[in-house]
Amino acid sequence: MIARAVARKDLAVELGSRVVINQVAPFALVVMVMFAFALDNDGILQRVAPGLVWLATLFSMLVVVQRSFAVEAADGALDSLRVAGVDPAAIFLGKSVALMVQLFALEVLLVATALVLYGVEPSAAGWGEAFVTMVAATVGLGFVGTLYGGLAAGARGRETLLPLLLLPVVAPVLIGATRATEAAFGSGGATVSEGWPWIGLLAVFAVLFGAAGSVAFGPLVDE
Amino acid sequence: MTEHSTGTPATRRLGFVVIVLMSWLALSGLWWSSEDVVQGSTVRIMYVHVPAIWVAYMAFGLTAVCSATYLSGRTRSIAWDRFAGASAEIGVMFVAVSLVTGSLWGRLTWGTYWVWDARLTSTAFLFITYVGYLAVRRLGGTLRQRARRSSVLALLAVLEIPLVHFSVTLWRSLHQDATIADPNAKVQMDGLMLFTLFLGLFAFTALFVWMVLHRQRVIHLEDTVADRGLDAAIADRRDEVAK
Amino acid sequence: MKHATFIIGSWVLTFASVAGYSVWVVRRGRQLAKSATKEEMPWT
Repeated sequence: MIARAVARKDLAVELGSRVVINQVAPFALVVMVMFAFALDNDGILQRVAPGLVWLATLFSMLVVVQRSFAVEAADGALDSLRVAGVDPAAIFLGKSVALMVQLFALEVLLVATALVLYGVEPSAAGWGEAFVTMVAATVGLGFVGTLYGGLAAGARGRETLLPLLLLPVVAPVLIGATRATEAAFGSGGATVSEGWPWIGLLAVFAVLFGAAGSVAFGPLVDE
Repeated sequence: MTEHSTGTPATRRLGFVVIVLMSWLALSGLWWSSEDVVQGSTVRIMYVHVPAIWVAYMAFGLTAVCSATYLSGRTRSIAWDRFAGASAEIGVMFVAVSLVTGSLWGRLTWGTYWVWDARLTSTAFLFITYVGYLAVRRLGGTLRQRARRSSVLALLAVLEIPLVHFSVTLWRSLHQDATIADPNAKVQMDGLMLFTLFLGLFAFTALFVWMVLHRQRVIHLEDTVADRGLDAAIADRRDEVAK
Repeated sequence: MKHATFIIGSWVLTFASVAGYSVWVVRRGRQLAKSATKEEMPWT
């Protein structure tokens, strides 16, 4: 399957270069620390920890997406695939999955950091919900990041376009993931049961953009 | 006499009508119509705020329709893309006007320039989304590339904007104070006030049509000039090689 | 009229934006049309 091959290629490139591990992860951690400097209040930090985790995720995602397509530009693999007539939807799926894997790893790191730095203590049920939230959100982010990343990739003057295009689109994910994570962590008195509708929103988002992306990726990326 | 402009007799007539309607609107909105029982004179801002956001919705709707038409047609006439782009640019301007006038209205009515209610927040997102769309249109490349990129992006926006609006509405429904923040709160409008509002909608719509026609003609000229430049560059190269 | 500044301000902003944009578009059209042939301007 082409998608699997593309995903494997992307992840292999990352394992080889370790950019996400060596640069993006530390960046994400720095962002979490800077939040503490800016907010300067343990109670508030604990209360807004879910939001901070997802903000840090989104900022880091911008870097990871840029990276994902910079690699393509460098070795022209994407172009070769297109010229060979490979179904763009397969390429889209493959790159999305690779992005999801990297994002999920980052999120695990960020949640762990929140536990340590912000004093968050979820219940057992909360852990389960947090996991599901992360999966649901990450799938959507993977699809959307790959789609808009393809558009903003490559030519000079385009990389700065990615934040402008992508951040508004992922607003539903930020809202949904944060609310669901608040429910999971019990922030501000939220109960675990309150999070499930938000997870529903995340799932809808993922499905919609998975479908839209499969169709739109080709035309958007074709030069 | 050779006409060297984007105007035609038809658009000139339309332009004249627009000026008349807008003047009438100003007189009616600022002077002839009475104050609202509840809002007082603040309601006068509505006579420009509501038509502005109405035009913005219309403009983005037109962009979406033109984009879809471009993609679905067999010939893929670039004219659809020109209309899409012109319309979006005008839409962005009117959303900005709507946000500012709405903010001023809010300052007078609620005492604050901004509230995080669903409609306002979604409108701000609408603005940002189409600013991004306009930026993508300026990425360069051939007309076909621009058209393809833009039309796909416009259709993605049609998917994304309701999603954002829904998420934001869900978000704000958690906060009880959402009820006070309705920019279009029910106003007791008497005959002339209601008439002024509809006059505004009508005048702005005519204005929108006039603007889109001119703007897309300008885009046509810009594209032609760019093509000419390209042809000249190619001809130069050919001459160079021939030497 | 109460709150005249805000109200007049809103109207001025709206009309100025509209007028400014319109003037810009028409001007740009005239400027570009100067060097264009009849074939390149299908609306004439």
